[in-house]
Amino acid sequence: MKDIVEIRWHGRGGQGAKTASLLLADAAFNTGKYVQGFPEYGPERMGAPITAYNRISDRRSTVHSNIYEPDYVVVVVDETLLSSVDVTAGLKEEGAIVINSGKDPAELRPKLKGYKGRVCTIDAGRISEEELGKNFPNTPMLAAIVKVSGVVEPEAFVKDMEASFKHKFASKPQVIDGNMRALKRSMEEVRIG
Amino acid sequence: MGIRERLSGNEAVAYAMKQINPDVMGAYPITPSTEIPQYFSAYVDNGEVDTEFIAVESEHSAMSTCIGAEAAGCRAISATSSCGLIYMAEMLYVAASDRLPITLAVSCRALSGPININNDHSDAMAVRDAGWIMLFAETNQEAYDNYLQAMRIGEAVGLPIMVCQDGFITSHAIENIELVETDKVKAFVGEYKPQHYLLDPSERIAVGAYATPVYYMESKRLQAQAMLDAKDVIRSVANEFAQMTGREYGLIEKYKMDDAELAILLMGSSAGTAKEAVDQLRGQGKKVGLVKIRSFRPFPTEDIAQALKGVKAFAAMDKDDSFNGHCGPIFAETAAALLAQGVSGPKAISYIYGLGGRDVRVESIQHVFADLEHIAATGDVGETYRYLDVRE
Repeated sequence: MKDIVEIRWHGRGGQGAKTASLLLADAAFNTGKYVQGFPEYGPERMGAPITAYNRISDRRSTVHSNIYEPDYVVVVVDETLLSSVDVTAGLKEEGAIVINSGKDPAELRPKLKGYKGRVCTIDAGRISEEELGKNFPNTPMLAAIVKVSGVVEPEAFVKDMEASFKHKFASKPQVIDGNMRALKRSMEEVRIG
Repeated sequence: MGIRERLSGNEAVAYAMKQINPDVMGAYPITPSTEIPQYFSAYVDNGEVDTEFIAVESEHSAMSTCIGAEAAGCRAISATSSCGLIYMAEMLYVAASDRLPITLAVSCRALSGPININNDHSDAMAVRDAGWIMLFAETNQEAYDNYLQAMRIGEAVGLPIMVCQDGFITSHAIENIELVETDKVKAFVGEYKPQHYLLDPSERIAVGAYATPVYYMESKRLQAQAMLDAKDVIRSVANEFAQMTGREYGLIEKYKMDDAELAILLMGSSAGTAKEAVDQLRGQGKKVGLVKIRSFRPFPTEDIAQALKGVKAFAAMDKDDSFNGHCGPIFAETAAALLAQGVSGPKAISYIYGLGGRDVRVESIQHVFADLEHIAATGDVGETYRYLDVRE
């Protein structure tokens, strides 16, 4: 892994991009990394585009600015953001963009303003509906970016997430299995184009 | 050895409060410090602390609550931001002049208008002459460490103390942090044993009495002496803290200043971004350095003059504007400090930056160093009152 990996998340207010960025920070922290996880704050409202960030590194990063040239970009909600937000701005070509969509990467690439790096898609909504009965795209998106970026070692990630689900859902253990299935399926089903 | 964790700056301060378990919290919520009383009220509700939590209707009352509690002989705390701090202003002066060592966590935020919830230092700077000790943090770790040291400092000199961090930038960002074990925190902070307090049946006193012209000025002179004395106390508490944690603090932090010819001076989270800029420029062979202010009150006059006396040019960077038509407060105080200490060599400019959450990038800081390089090379200071990263 590089010295420092910088990730930018795009989502819509109230739909989990901030939470997903904090979950990734947690997962990386639990495997011994230095982490930063922070959203860009403003007068957010439900449905408006929002941005969140991660820095993940082996030594502490002292920089406290937003991220303008990310290694990876994650589009959490759906591909409708692609027409309203310049999601690939500054994105490094040796990196990748991961989009929550059921479409093939080749179908979305024309919307990405000539981005030449890897374009990855994952149908996080469908996986979540099938495994959890509800549209919670966070967990599958998190798993997809871990798979694509390798920022956390996948086996350690799966173990850590299981422990964290067991802790988080101690009072409703029935959702632990569904979350774990969603996680593993996402790592297998992410399409890299 | 400490406890490895990851917390936001607000979480870290609330956790420090929990470890200390003070007697009274008076608080009213305001973005971006809301989480501090929010998390702390959960500790109260869960019985993890036995603090009396007093939810009030305004920041003016929050500070009044703290004043009453501290005067009675309790350890009292609060947290606020932005216009909440300004609304407290009247009572901030009362707390300081009554010599009540209240501890106030501030997650700094811009003032209206235009209405804005993001970070700058306008709120803290607006109350800089209220008589409070003021510490500023670069990171969540420093916000936590400063909070653990704050009561020792304030109680030793009998002055209230603000522990400031940058709203959202550190208050809401999750980062690694090393926590101190709670038993060590309790031993370090110790019990509060006020010399004089209202609920002491063996000594009848008045707090907040009227002072005629015959007494008022002596009272103020004593207050000024306490602020002078605070410099040594801040250093000695920091030394003890370093023995416990290995983390060292002073009134300022010097970064790569030993042979620096160009320097910037600032406080808060942008110091971290500036360190990266300094590292990159050092990699190109440029002799640049950073002076970070930790203690704004008392102002580290001697330390700053010592750090800057050998540089060719420096920029004092302010995250607010005094609207005096020529500079921000850090520039003004630094220029006064250098003059008082007989330092007249360096050329200097005032830079206003990062207002209302304007992002401060490594490139922003490099731009300032490029200006300084030009000034040092030509001897021409040009405009001394500048705005950074602004559309004109």
